[in-house]
Amino acid sequence: MGVTAEPTAGPGASHIVAPVSPNWVTTRLDFLVNWARSNSLWPMPFGTACCAIEFMAAAASRYDIARFGMERMSFSPRQADVLLCAGRLPFKLAPVIRRIYDQMPQPKWVISMGACASTGGIFDNYAMVQGIDTVVPVDVYVPGCPPRPEGLLYGILLLQKKVRGETLADHAIREERPLDERGLRLSPQLVDELSEPFGNSVHQTRSA
Amino acid sequence: MPEKRSIELNLATTGIDDRGAGMRVPLGIGTALAEREPDLGGEHMLINIGPQHPATHGVLRLVVELDGEVVVRVIPHVGYLHSGFEKLGEYRHYNQIIPLTDRMDYLAPMSNNVVLALAVEKLMGIEITERCKVLRVIACEMSRIISHLVWLGTTSIDIGAFTPFLWLFQERERIYNLQEAWTGARLTTSMTRVGGLMADIPDGFEDGLRDFCRTFTKTLDEVDRALTRNAIWCGRTQGIGALTGAEAINYSLSGAMLRASGVAYDVRKDRPYLDYETYDFDVPIGEHGDVYDRYLVRFEETRQAGRIIEQALDRLPDGPINVDDPRVILPPKSAVMNDMESMIFHFKHVMEGVKAPVGEAYMPIESPKGELGYYFVSDGTAKPVRWRVRPPAFINLAALPRMSEGHLLSDLIAINASVDIVMGEVDR
Amino acid sequence: MNPSAAALRAQFDAAITRVTESCGDTIVYVDPTRVREILAWLKDAPEQDYDYLVDITAVEYRDAGLPIDVVYQVFSLRRKAFLRLKAPLDKREPLAIDSVVPIWAGADWMEREVYDMFGITFREHPDLRRILMWETYAEGYPLRKDFPLRGRFSRAEQVRQALGANPEAHYSMEELSIVQAATELPADMRDRLARGERGKIAEPPRGETTDA
Repeated sequence: MGVTAEPTAGPGASHIVAPVSPNWVTTRLDFLVNWARSNSLWPMPFGTACCAIEFMAAAASRYDIARFGMERMSFSPRQADVLLCAGRLPFKLAPVIRRIYDQMPQPKWVISMGACASTGGIFDNYAMVQGIDTVVPVDVYVPGCPPRPEGLLYGILLLQKKVRGETLADHAIREERPLDERGLRLSPQLVDELSEPFGNSVHQTRSA
Repeated sequence: MPEKRSIELNLATTGIDDRGAGMRVPLGIGTALAEREPDLGGEHMLINIGPQHPATHGVLRLVVELDGEVVVRVIPHVGYLHSGFEKLGEYRHYNQIIPLTDRMDYLAPMSNNVVLALAVEKLMGIEITERCKVLRVIACEMSRIISHLVWLGTTSIDIGAFTPFLWLFQERERIYNLQEAWTGARLTTSMTRVGGLMADIPDGFEDGLRDFCRTFTKTLDEVDRALTRNAIWCGRTQGIGALTGAEAINYSLSGAMLRASGVAYDVRKDRPYLDYETYDFDVPIGEHGDVYDRYLVRFEETRQAGRIIEQALDRLPDGPINVDDPRVILPPKSAVMNDMESMIFHFKHVMEGVKAPVGEAYMPIESPKGELGYYFVSDGTAKPVRWRVRPPAFINLAALPRMSEGHLLSDLIAINASVDIVMGEVDR
Repeated sequence: MNPSAAALRAQFDAAITRVTESCGDTIVYVDPTRVREILAWLKDAPEQDYDYLVDITAVEYRDAGLPIDVVYQVFSLRRKAFLRLKAPLDKREPLAIDSVVPIWAGADWMEREVYDMFGITFREHPDLRRILMWETYAEGYPLRKDFPLRGRFSRAEQVRQALGANPEAHYSMEELSIVQAATELPADMRDRLARGERGKIAEPPRGETTDA
């Protein structure tokens, strides 16, 4: 992507006094900032169901996410870096996660833990959001039902790698798009396409 | 303008009596304060706890009316984890419902699997083998232990003690290792099938489980030493959230909530299943019905579960785990590949499912949360007409407003913890 | 066969329409207009003593001609006896039955769930609101057989409606009657609430957030 020539629209735009081309100072600064961010990601545990129990197991002594700097669970979104949605998200809970995501200050990332948070999982029915990415933007998807704590740790490591690859100069990364005038994050066609049943779900419309 | 209800403020602090036990020292401040300073006893606040909150044990929303720090009324809102389980069950064969059951009470998944298998077997009139019965008892009691360990760990966190959580989760990991060896999954086990089990226990399982039973009592003793006679623990839990036995029955409570209030009802003793009447175990009954009694009851239940597991391992008979009826159970693969009849049965099982006769059955078991019952209504097809889960956590939670009136806000958190809810079961 | 069935027949005669047995449990079909009286008798009569309400639920059958059954399951702790009662409700009439909350406090949430999932109104229930779905849920009653598994609206519409359901708007009238809340609400919200509308609080128009 590189550095843009003019400050574009976005929350951080007015802070840039003058754009600079990448040089030794900016790359070192990026390295320092990303190192600090990736090794102290404070999670906001949005634990709903079974994945939350595996998340708690990952936080307990055997798997210990304190090794990665994440033991300080921030239950207030204002002080959190990563929204870790662990568990299924019913429609009743969708505005809650959206509100919590909106309340988190930048820089923020989202990990979608488990099959239900990523795609709706086995719950292809009237009550379940078919993947939280229809509601909030997601950085890392961790598959599994529930993922083992090692799986979650791998997802966290991927997120750390993603964070280390960021650069301060690219405002597009930190740009936040609120819900559009329809009240959706993605276009309706895209939401319908993402939510289409696949695999065995396709046949689960026949009762008896 | 609705009139303010007058409430007695049971404010107290913790002290130690002459034997060194914790006790509540009532402060008599509340009513005297309201009399001296009428302006201070003023308007009530409406605050919202949850649905995203560390201490609500899941996505539970409590709307609390407060008079200062005292809870006047609490209105719980549930449904934030409603996943449409009962609707999904109507679109699946009976065996396909088993993975759904793990996700309801995800703290004690094997007991959910067992109750589903028992309910469908009651509906279909199937008698399971002796080995299967004993293994299912072992599974239920293992689930009871892990559920109570989570309950104790998270309740300690709510009341302020973080260390028991770490100790107890380490014990849970040992049970998870055993569950994983048996079923392949730590949490979502899906270990039963209609008429039998998914698989027999592997080598080394018995020894591992005996080893666990022998040593986990040491951790329980440590937690016992840390909490049971701790002045802070007693002060935070004694006298809090008490319900009389008659009220508990009227609210249809079950499990430790009911027994802590003095009502001796345990489904294993009163409506026995899986030959529980032949096992030698005690059911602890409380006296005061407060949070402390519920803690003691669940603590003792965990110890008794270890006792039952040891008896079950002693009596574990050899033999098949699945009933010998190819109309119900998948035939062994070697037969399927060699014998036309077995192949046809296999095909019908997988594609059409096993048809249940017309009828209905309600099967309750004593899950760690209370009386968990599955009610199936069948119209003769392979998919149920109605699958109703009688959720003990949902019904126990309905008594929360009654229990919390007049207590402090921090007591509300302790009472909420003592109900031992799991939102997957509350909301289904 | 549970002897209570015969006792019920003797006591209530025509209100007991049928008695059957299935998988070891006795099932008694009762007239839905007399449900409260029958359950109260079962609880209070000393030889019956069904003090524990196990469950209240409802069943709709796949055959559209059959009525919806409201199922009550009761248990006697002392006698260890279990009984199931069913009250059939004709689908061509509005679905309504008396609430048994005055008899058992535990029936409160059980009946709210039946209302939420089936649309059956319980008369004289203290607070009949939806409990599992949100209060302004517009798609219908999920456990009815004519309700499709994935709901009636498209996924995008469901997401849109869910995101628009502002959770803070879902305070019930009981909650909002608390003194401070009632007088501090803006006037137009009070008017809307008085008319029974909830969940339609206007969001602030976009683009008016302050620039950093």
